This record gives sequence, structure tokens and C-alpha cells, in this order.
Amino acid sequence: MVERFRSPQLWFAVSFLALLALVPVIAALIGQPYYVTLFTRITVFGLAAVGLNLILGFGGLVSFGHALYIGIGAYAVAILTYHGITSGYAHLGAALAVGAVSAVLIGLVCLRASGIAFIMITLAFAQMFYFLAVSLRQYGGDDGLAIPSRSDFGVLKLDNAFILYYLSLALLALTLYGFQRAVHSRFGMVLRGCRSNERRMIALGFPTLRYKLVAYVVSALVCVIAGVLLGNLTRYASPAYMQWIVSGDLIVMIVFGGMTTLLGPVVGSAAIVGLEELLTGMRLGLPFGLDGIVNAHWMALLGVLIILVVQTLKQGLYGSLAARGRRPA
Amino acid sequence: MTWSLFFTQLLNGLQLGLLLFLLSAGLTLVFGIMNFVNLAHGSLYMMGAYFAAAAFRWSGSFVVAGLVAVPATLVLGLLVERIALAKLYSRDHLDQVLTTFGLILIFNEVVRFVWGSASVYMNAPQALGGTVALFGLPYSAYRLAIIAVGIAVGICLYVLIHRTRVGMLIRAGASNAAMVAALGVNTRLLNTLVFGLGAALAGLAGLMAGPIFSVQPGMGEPILILTLVVIVTGGVGSIRGAFYGALIVGIVDTVGRAFLPGILREFLDRAFAQAAGPAIASMLIYLLMAVVLALRPQGLFPVKHG
Repeated sequence: MVERFRSPQLWFAVSFLALLALVPVIAALIGQPYYVTLFTRITVFGLAAVGLNLILGFGGLVSFGHALYIGIGAYAVAILTYHGITSGYAHLGAALAVGAVSAVLIGLVCLRASGIAFIMITLAFAQMFYFLAVSLRQYGGDDGLAIPSRSDFGVLKLDNAFILYYLSLALLALTLYGFQRAVHSRFGMVLRGCRSNERRMIALGFPTLRYKLVAYVVSALVCVIAGVLLGNLTRYASPAYMQWIVSGDLIVMIVFGGMTTLLGPVVGSAAIVGLEELLTGMRLGLPFGLDGIVNAHWMALLGVLIILVVQTLKQGLYGSLAARGRRPA
Repeated sequence: MTWSLFFTQLLNGLQLGLLLFLLSAGLTLVFGIMNFVNLAHGSLYMMGAYFAAAAFRWSGSFVVAGLVAVPATLVLGLLVERIALAKLYSRDHLDQVLTTFGLILIFNEVVRFVWGSASVYMNAPQALGGTVALFGLPYSAYRLAIIAVGIAVGICLYVLIHRTRVGMLIRAGASNAAMVAALGVNTRLLNTLVFGLGAALAGLAGLMAGPIFSVQPGMGEPILILTLVVIVTGGVGSIRGAFYGALIVGIVDTVGRAFLPGILREFLDRAFAQAAGPAIASMLIYLLMAVVLALRPQGLFPVKHG
């Protein structure tokens, strides 16, 4: 127990979250309220990436379709608001219910496959929901659906950017704490066992499908919550949220940050969202009009960066840091 | 619903299916032999279409476009394989997915940079511009040409894989790559060969698709995902599976989109059918894939080992 409180990783995690908690104060002090929105994005995508990492990093299941669950969250808010239901609890409840049913069904089909086939099937399912959203003419189709007012959580007035940010951050911290407990519990051990050697786990008598399915559904539901927050942040639900590029981005965040750690995906989210912000918006002051090219074609730079990180930085940004801090056992 | 319309849609489905076959054949071999996830296969198809469109604009001849596009895509594929991918064969799937995802982003931006974001148009060759009377029905000659090319490629691949020594090595590699290497076959060369073949077929698909789809950045991704559905449905690593899977997916998708809304209207409330018809039609092939996986996780036509 005492050992755990001395762990440098725990201190890093606590100080990282504390730093995130200070962002609105700093933004208010320097008179740049926009940073609150930016960091809400980082927190929301961090939450989704942390959710995905439960099966990707700890279960070894590479799901290329988790954008689907972000979409379910955002569309739950948009469609209910469109029909005049503004209660946030109803939004959250509906999103989680639809998300849970979809995740159980999709998980049951996908988990029959493994390896390459699992990657492709999760991708195909996300694409299926993407086309479903595109064909919903009544709810905006291709263009998506605007959300006129944010979810109504009673005392929590989400119209205040600060409250939305702190709500996202609190949910992120809660998820991290819950996952910390889950990963080190018997459940987490079984999950990690499946990653290392599933055949052996089956031989030991574990119903591995059941464990993997539970992990899949939990990770999907975290993404659903992130989707509800994203819908509230952007006040928009668009099929683009379910695009496979978003699923790819989530994986990139996880790998950037370090997939064997809990906090890594949050660091990765900060890196990717921050990089996007930097490359699309900023005047970098490069010569020969390179600024314009970088701003317009930043995705190419992201692509190059992804390839470099995959080929060199195996453990990710935070993962390498954490590995250095760990004493050799 | 008239039969002539149904027949036309069936031919359209066949044509889409054979186009998908050109892509899935290469991709499924790369999966099967190298155990490698190449998401950038769709980008090679896109590059093929752009090479073809550029050559067509320069020369005005479809044949020249083909003579430029297919070898150019082949060379591009081999370059990409050597520079970025060859190191990844032994790494886990996640690294392969990420690297090829990065490649997709790069290719899309390169295309946008060189040719702009707007679509580039490319006409069918003059000789195939009209229609052909098929059993008394007029049908686009160019689409018929796509069907012919697809079937020809299918036959060539069958002969290559089942009747030649290289084909035997490819089959052996798909069933046990380590054993083939241990027997002294240069598997690195074999891998490069298979990857190049896949790239050339993707280039051919890009060339053939140019006149009927719009050539634009990101055109590779929707078709890549259809290709993945084909491969999973047909059975990973199997050319036969890719062929039948492509036909099934092409026909189900095309015919479903054309007729499902009408059929639903017969049974359901009009307003509901109008909303649900297109939605269900666009989900049809994914539902098909889910059913196939639930019943036969190996796909419909898996590779026979042993």
C-alpha cells in the first residue's frame, strides 16, 4: 500500500490532472477563454482514448471502430433534443442504453474473430453506423444535426464552458481511478492474461469470451460518455464523428501516449489535439509561404509523425517516461 | 419492378463486384501470405486513378493512361513496401495498422496538394463510349468492359496461382510461411512480388474506376472498407473467397440499394419505408458480413490448409 503512494507514476498522474484542473484559471488570467474549449476537447478525446485503451492496451484487442460509440453518444443528445427532450439524465441514460445494447451485439460478433479479422470487422461495423447516420434524412443526413441547447443537468449548467470542462475532467479522473482498480483486479489480470496467451487462459478454465465482452462493453460505454460530452461541447452531432479517421485518431492517441499505461492516452490526446491546433491555426513564421502549405496539409505531417513514432518510440511519450521512472525489478 | 431494370442492376452489381475483386485479390494475398494489414491499399487505388487521369489528360488516350497508371502504381507500391512496410512484417498488427493509416493521410494530402481538392474527370475511351445491346437491353459498353477485365484477371490469377511454380510458392506461403522460408525459398522476394502484384491490380482498378467514379482525394477509403468486407466475408487469404465475396458484396449492395426501398414500401407504412429503406439498404452488406461471421467465422470460402 505504502509502496503505491511512493510510485512516481501516481505522482505524475495526480500532478497532470491537477495541472489540467488549473487550465481554466490560467485561461481566465491571461484572458484567453478559448483555451478552455481546446482543453475540453483534449479531455473528451482523452476520455474516449482511455476507454478504448482498456481493450486495446490491456486486452490486446485492436478495435478500429470505437468512433461509432462517440457517434452514438453525440446523436443521443442531438436526437432527443430535436424531439424536445432536454434533460441531460435522459440523454445520458438513452445514450448508455443504446450504446450498451449495440456494444453487446457488435462485441459478440466481433469477438468471434481475432487478429486482423477483428480489426477489419470493428471497422466495418463503425462504417455501417456511419452510413446509417448519413441516411437519416430526418436528422440531418450528411450534414448532421445541430444541438440548439446543451444537456440540462439541473444544477450543472453546461452552458458555462468552465462547468462543462470540469465535468469532463471529473469524469476522466473517475474513469482513470475506476480503470486503475479494474486493471489491477482479478478481472484485469484475466484480461491481460488473454492478451498474452488466450489459449492458456482457456486451458486454465476461464470463460475468456465473457471477460473480453465485458471489457469491450465497458470501453464502448466510456466512449459513449465521451460522445455525449463531445455533442455538448460542439453543439453538433455529425456523421463525421463516426468516420473511421476518428477511430484511427483514437488509436494514434493511445500509441503516442503509451498503450501499456492508463494515463498515456490522455497525454496522447493532448499531443494530437494540441498538434492539430498548432498546425492548422498558427502562424509559424516559416519562409517561402510554407505556413499556408502546413496549415492546409497538416494531415500529411501527422501521417509522417505517426510513421516515425511507430518505427522508433515503441512505448509512446508517457510510456517511455514511466518506464524510465520504474526501478528495475 | 420490371425485369429489364432488375437485369441492368444485376449487371451493375456484377461490375462493382469485379472492380472490388481487383482490389481484394491483391489485399487478400498480402494478408494471407505476409499476415500484414495494408490499409493503404485504397490509397494505391486512388493513386492509380490519378495517374490514369493525368496521363489521359496529357495524351487523350485511354490505352496510354493504362500503360502509365498500372506500372506507375506498381513502382509506387514497391517503393512504399521497401521504405515503410518491409520492416513491419514481423511487428504486431497494431503497428501495421498505424503505419498504413499514416500513409493514407500522407497520400490524401499529396493528391490534394498536386491535383487540388476538386474531382478530376476522366472519360471512357471513345470506342467504349456507347451502349451495347445485351439480350435486347442497352447496357453501357464501358461497364461491360470492366466486367470483361475483371473476369480476365480472375482467370489469369487462377492460372498463376494454381498452375505455375510461383503460384505454388504463394499458396505454400499462405499456408505456412515459416516452412517455405526454411525450405530455402527467398520469401522476401516472394513478399515483394505479391505486394507488387497487389499494387498493380489496385492501379488497374483505379484506371477502370476513373471514368465511372469521380477521381478525388479520399476516394480510396470507402472502397477499401468494401474490400475489407469482401475479404472477411470470403475468407482471409483466399483468392477464391475474394472472387465470390466480391461478387456477393457487389450484387447485394447494388441490387439492395435499387430495390429494397421499393420492397419495403409494399409491406410498411410509406413514410417509415421512405426513411428506413435507404438506411437499411446501405447497411445490408455489413449485416451480411455479420451473419456470415456469426455462422462461419472463417468466412465463406476459407483457405484449405494441409
